[in-house]
Amino acid sequence: MSANKESWGSRVGLILAMAGNAVGLGNFLRFPVQAVQNGGGAFIIPYLVCFLVMGIPLLWIEWSMGRFGGKFGHHSTPFIVDTMGRNRLWKYIGVFGIWTNIAVAAYYCYLESWTLSYMFHSLGGTFSGMDQNGVAAFFIEYVSLGESTFGIPYEPIVFFLICLLLNTWILSQGLAKGVERVAKIGMPLLILFGIFLAYKGFTITAGENGAINDSTVGLNFLWTPQYDKLWSPSVWLAAAGQIFFTLSVGMGTVHCYASYVRSKDDIALNAMSAGWMNEFVEVVLGGAILIPISIGYLGIDRVTELVQSGGLGLGFRTLPYLFYQWGDVLGAVAGFMWFGLLFFAGITSSLAMGTPWIGFLQDEFNWKRKSAAWSFGLIVLILGMPTVLFFNYGVFDEYDYWAGTVSLVVFALLESILFAWVFGINKGWREIISGADIKVPGIYKFIIKFVTPLLLLWVFLGSLFTPKGGDWGKAFGGEWVLDDSSIIKKITNSDLKAKLAAATDPAVIEQLQDTLFFVNASRILLVTVWLSLALLVYIAYKKRVREGRI
Amino acid sequence: MNTSALVVMLLTLGIVTGLMLYFFWRVIKTPPKPEPDSYLDNDDEPGRQETIV
Repeated sequence: MSANKESWGSRVGLILAMAGNAVGLGNFLRFPVQAVQNGGGAFIIPYLVCFLVMGIPLLWIEWSMGRFGGKFGHHSTPFIVDTMGRNRLWKYIGVFGIWTNIAVAAYYCYLESWTLSYMFHSLGGTFSGMDQNGVAAFFIEYVSLGESTFGIPYEPIVFFLICLLLNTWILSQGLAKGVERVAKIGMPLLILFGIFLAYKGFTITAGENGAINDSTVGLNFLWTPQYDKLWSPSVWLAAAGQIFFTLSVGMGTVHCYASYVRSKDDIALNAMSAGWMNEFVEVVLGGAILIPISIGYLGIDRVTELVQSGGLGLGFRTLPYLFYQWGDVLGAVAGFMWFGLLFFAGITSSLAMGTPWIGFLQDEFNWKRKSAAWSFGLIVLILGMPTVLFFNYGVFDEYDYWAGTVSLVVFALLESILFAWVFGINKGWREIISGADIKVPGIYKFIIKFVTPLLLLWVFLGSLFTPKGGDWGKAFGGEWVLDDSSIIKKITNSDLKAKLAAATDPAVIEQLQDTLFFVNASRILLVTVWLSLALLVYIAYKKRVREGRI
Repeated sequence: MNTSALVVMLLTLGIVTGLMLYFFWRVIKTPPKPEPDSYLDNDDEPGRQETIV
């Protein structure tokens, strides 16, 4: 039996930690971009439908799997799923629930360190007096490990280390005294900062402080429904994907947090509360900052062009400049709040990523919490350094794609099958409603058994065989050419190879060749980590057999 | 703002904020479950419980 006797300090603390796990940078940077690219206000229809038939069921599945595993002293997915499925291979599927977190934490902590660094740069007035190109150039210089404004050598590495040390130290303090305490401080502050910035986003007036549009122009751009887009499977796929990533399901973190819930306590209401809190941050706050402020100062055409490269560019390359249109003091405060908000969103998620590994070491190898936390920090440091040093060679994106995107879908699909079909929907349903403080609608029994796994299968196949330009009509008409974003094309590096074949400039060719090398090296590294974890799970299993625990 | 955008936005913000507040309020208002009063209920090691029972 595990020596791990940790537990949550309070119910509100648990919900804030779970909501903090779900709320990430994507709530503010990804959601608004997805909405403008996929039907504006109409996007909210597939988005909420997917939340109801995929998001909520997955939350209930993961919460109940976690609490169920916790009864047997398991706090990470390999042995949680092992208690649910008779086949001994299930525990190796559960390896995804540790691997994903370690691999995602490796690049996520780097991203989080940008927000920490930008908080200080905002307060220090670095962006004051810079034009938009200057702020964009600062970002490029930063990720290229160029000259530091603060005079700190290799500033991005220093901030990455600070961020990692902070995460590790908090994790070493334990669940209630570390993770829960940060969530109790971070989430209210995040919401407070978000409300302030949302208020600013809603009250921009053309002609004031250099604004060229009222905030209503940006809000119209974001919310005007293009109902014709609802017929496109790409829009539904984008909505399903967004729900997926925003809730942090398919990662193993929800299982881990829920495994510390007492067996007789509620999970149904807790899951709903944490889930809707995430939706509030994403839809209400996330929708009111990035797009309205950007369009207020840059106009629709420029923002349309900028969102093509995703929300990260807008958030780091553009917003710091726009905030300074409100004056030096308010610009610094708004910048601090924006990056502070992103930092709290990031750290509450990265802390969650550390807990499955720590739980695994405590359960299986009787490690102390502190040693387990520091081992997590060390692994993330080793795995994260390539994303820092070779950011411009696609290492960061490669981690994000395989660990932060594909792996989640694969694991969620398999766990939904395990829960509804292997463990059995009747037993699973009993787990969901056991101790529930709300009445769970009976229709969800059907949804969890059929709709959620099928939707997940569709999301997976849609990502595996994405047709060119997302043109499903043409694809089903018999002309199925794979898009470069499809998993199959990604594996073969077809995009990079096409660029390499077309390049004529020797410098570009060299850069692309290096990128190809680092992309393949990243994959080998990620596969090695997965295999090492699987080996550890095997050793833990053998240890359990030896000790008569199986 | 144009009417359709305004309607969609207000409806969405209202639903999402309302449900978030409703569920959080339910959490706060629900009294905590009583601590288990028997020795067995208090024992969180299922293996040992099975042995005893």
